[in-house]
Amino acid sequence: MSNQQQIDRQEYNITVYTENTIGLLNRISTIFSRRKLNIDSLNTSPSEIEGIHRFNIVIHETEEVVRKLASQIEKQVEVLKVYYNTNDDVIWQEMALYKVPTDIIAEKALVERLLRENGARAVVIRKDYTVFETTGHREETDNLIKVLQPFGLIEFVRSARIAIIKDSDGFNRKLREFERKEPGHEVIENEYLNSRDKVFTM
Amino acid sequence: MLTREKQAPELLKEEQVAETISGGEALIKILLAEGVDTIFGYPGGAIMPIYDALYGYQDKVNHVLVRHEQGGIHAGQGYARSSGKVGVVFATSGPGATNLITGLADAQIDSTPLVCITGQVFAHLLGTDAFQEADVISISAPVTKWNYQITDANEIPEVLAKAFYFAKSGRPGPVLIDIAKNAQIQKFEYKGYNRCDHVRSYRPKPIVRKEYIEQAAELINAAKKPFVLWGQGVMLGAAEQEFKAFIEKSGIPAAWTIMGAGSLPSDHPQNVGMLGMHGNYGPNVLTNECDVLIAIGMRFDDRVTGRLDKYAKQAKVIHFDIDPSEIDKNVKTTVPVWGDCKETLPLLTELIEPKQHTEWLQKFKEYEQQEIAAVIQDELFPTSEEMTMGEVIQQLNDLTGGEAIIVSDVGQHQMVACRYAKLNNTRSNITSGGLGTMGFALPAAIGAKFGAQDKTVVAVIGDGGFQMTLQELGTIMQSGVDVKILILNNQFLGMVRQWQELFHDRRYSFVDITSPNFVTVASGYGIAGKSISKREELQPTLAEMLAHKGSFLLEVMVTKENNVFPMVPQGCSVSEIRLK
Repeated sequence: MSNQQQIDRQEYNITVYTENTIGLLNRISTIFSRRKLNIDSLNTSPSEIEGIHRFNIVIHETEEVVRKLASQIEKQVEVLKVYYNTNDDVIWQEMALYKVPTDIIAEKALVERLLRENGARAVVIRKDYTVFETTGHREETDNLIKVLQPFGLIEFVRSARIAIIKDSDGFNRKLREFERKEPGHEVIENEYLNSRDKVFTM
Repeated sequence: MLTREKQAPELLKEEQVAETISGGEALIKILLAEGVDTIFGYPGGAIMPIYDALYGYQDKVNHVLVRHEQGGIHAGQGYARSSGKVGVVFATSGPGATNLITGLADAQIDSTPLVCITGQVFAHLLGTDAFQEADVISISAPVTKWNYQITDANEIPEVLAKAFYFAKSGRPGPVLIDIAKNAQIQKFEYKGYNRCDHVRSYRPKPIVRKEYIEQAAELINAAKKPFVLWGQGVMLGAAEQEFKAFIEKSGIPAAWTIMGAGSLPSDHPQNVGMLGMHGNYGPNVLTNECDVLIAIGMRFDDRVTGRLDKYAKQAKVIHFDIDPSEIDKNVKTTVPVWGDCKETLPLLTELIEPKQHTEWLQKFKEYEQQEIAAVIQDELFPTSEEMTMGEVIQQLNDLTGGEAIIVSDVGQHQMVACRYAKLNNTRSNITSGGLGTMGFALPAAIGAKFGAQDKTVVAVIGDGGFQMTLQELGTIMQSGVDVKILILNNQFLGMVRQWQELFHDRRYSFVDITSPNFVTVASGYGIAGKSISKREELQPTLAEMLAHKGSFLLEVMVTKENNVFPMVPQGCSVSEIRLK
């Protein structure tokens, strides 16, 4: 890979609205794997509309690659719509859980302060261990690992990223259009092609 | 063979009384309602209830028993491509279904509409490694446009309606429906069949945006050296007339990809020839000289473009495609015209000024003269003692007049057949373009004949490819289908040998293939045949083959170490095409 490509790579958040069907996750994931691309994070969840599923996929790549991925995903017949955004365009969160020995936490006031500083919340407190939870960006959840490591961090797990697109109006109106046999331009038009006016020069 | 009287029944009306039938029988009724007249298939344990239902409908639909499921699906492809209809294929679970994969991949990359029905083990056995169980849905997902597993008979009507809709609409492609045996047996209330024409998550084609057409027309009207490249999209969109009207009004020279061959007759004055690695000299060189490149229903395959960073960099590119994921995939487009070319081309034709690019067209002619002198003359009218592949195709052209359907396999003979075959009609060049599947031609030719029974179908095959699927001679024998098999035998896996000669210092690694006596093999199947090696025999035996009632195998021994030229070596630009 050339240096330029390295520089152009950044995190993209791909948001996919789909029907809720068996096998679609496989179809979507093979679009990445056949290009030997690794998915950094993948979350599937219901959307604001009953029966419509939402995928949040995070990948570190160039825009060129991400655009092609998005159009290949949108080509799947059970996919309604795909968006891709940089981190600046979305509000995103990841959740992490940390299991730490209770005796150490109880003994050391420093730990309690560190946890508080990092916005961690105790979920379970048992005699032998305590589970803390924190929500935030990758750096924040990563940071707390470093903080807790010296105090005998037993187990750590982080969720996939979920992200909300800042300038999205949600999917309700779009879906109503999709359900029509002859939807308007805006809905069926590939977003990328829409912005092509700028590209065109005589 | 199915006769004309055996017409499919009318679509069932909604008000028709519901009947309680098995899933298998419902499936057959649905196929009839979809107008299916031919099924290519092979029975087995997990699809037996469907075959049992089919037994009662033998007078309404023709089932062709193939000899291998791969043969079945290639036949389905041939049928779809000669007829323009959806090819239907049956296979059983496990190995039956996995044998379809090559054909599915081929149909996916060449946008061929297919509906494949596979049997599956009983639903309660799914995931237990039951006998002949394979995870067909996962295996076939990357090579199908859509697939679905049915475990309840009640799903059958709606799922099949979607299957046909997805297969043939938009950019066509293969669909696989996997039906568990219990659903095939299950009796359910069949309320009739309604075709599907809308699925909310699926947009087969967009509403055409006029502003892009206007931008395209503006570019074309201002162009000094415009150049049209067309692919299979013209044919898939049934837009041959619209395309011709555009070409003739614009006066623009047009070249084709092998998947597009035939949409404009070979002898049309503006048809300047074939694109790509073994395409014609002019179209390749002048791709890098034109000022506006108009790509219609083609996808800039690497075999067409050669080195991308040196491909038509000087040109403004207008790309017509129904699939938005193709736009800007390989070549950056100046004007994307997303839509069905049957709709977009007439709009464009209306806006362009009538022109004749005489001088520019003349340039193509000049390059053609150079190519004739360096390559074509010797290939079509050789003075050497041994025969060339090109002269066989040339003689065939003289006899068929360009009216036959040419089905080619993969390799040197394919390039020669595509380069030199005279094609008067659309849907008359059937070949494995994207996937390059050796063994495609024989079964595809069988299917092509079923799809176009009034046409002569000639399968042009190499000695290597023929041996990959020659079991389908059994299908020919049993069905009585009339296919002319023309084996161009150079006693080598010729294309690989050519590359080994040119790029691997003549280290001929495992390309020296021996063949059985093909004529004897054919006669074992009751198929007439001849093998020739002398030029004076060529014309009369080709004539004999074409005049023969029923299938005929003709083996022509051609020169062993001939190379296909011109050639764009891998990693080179199209303008670096070599004549020798």
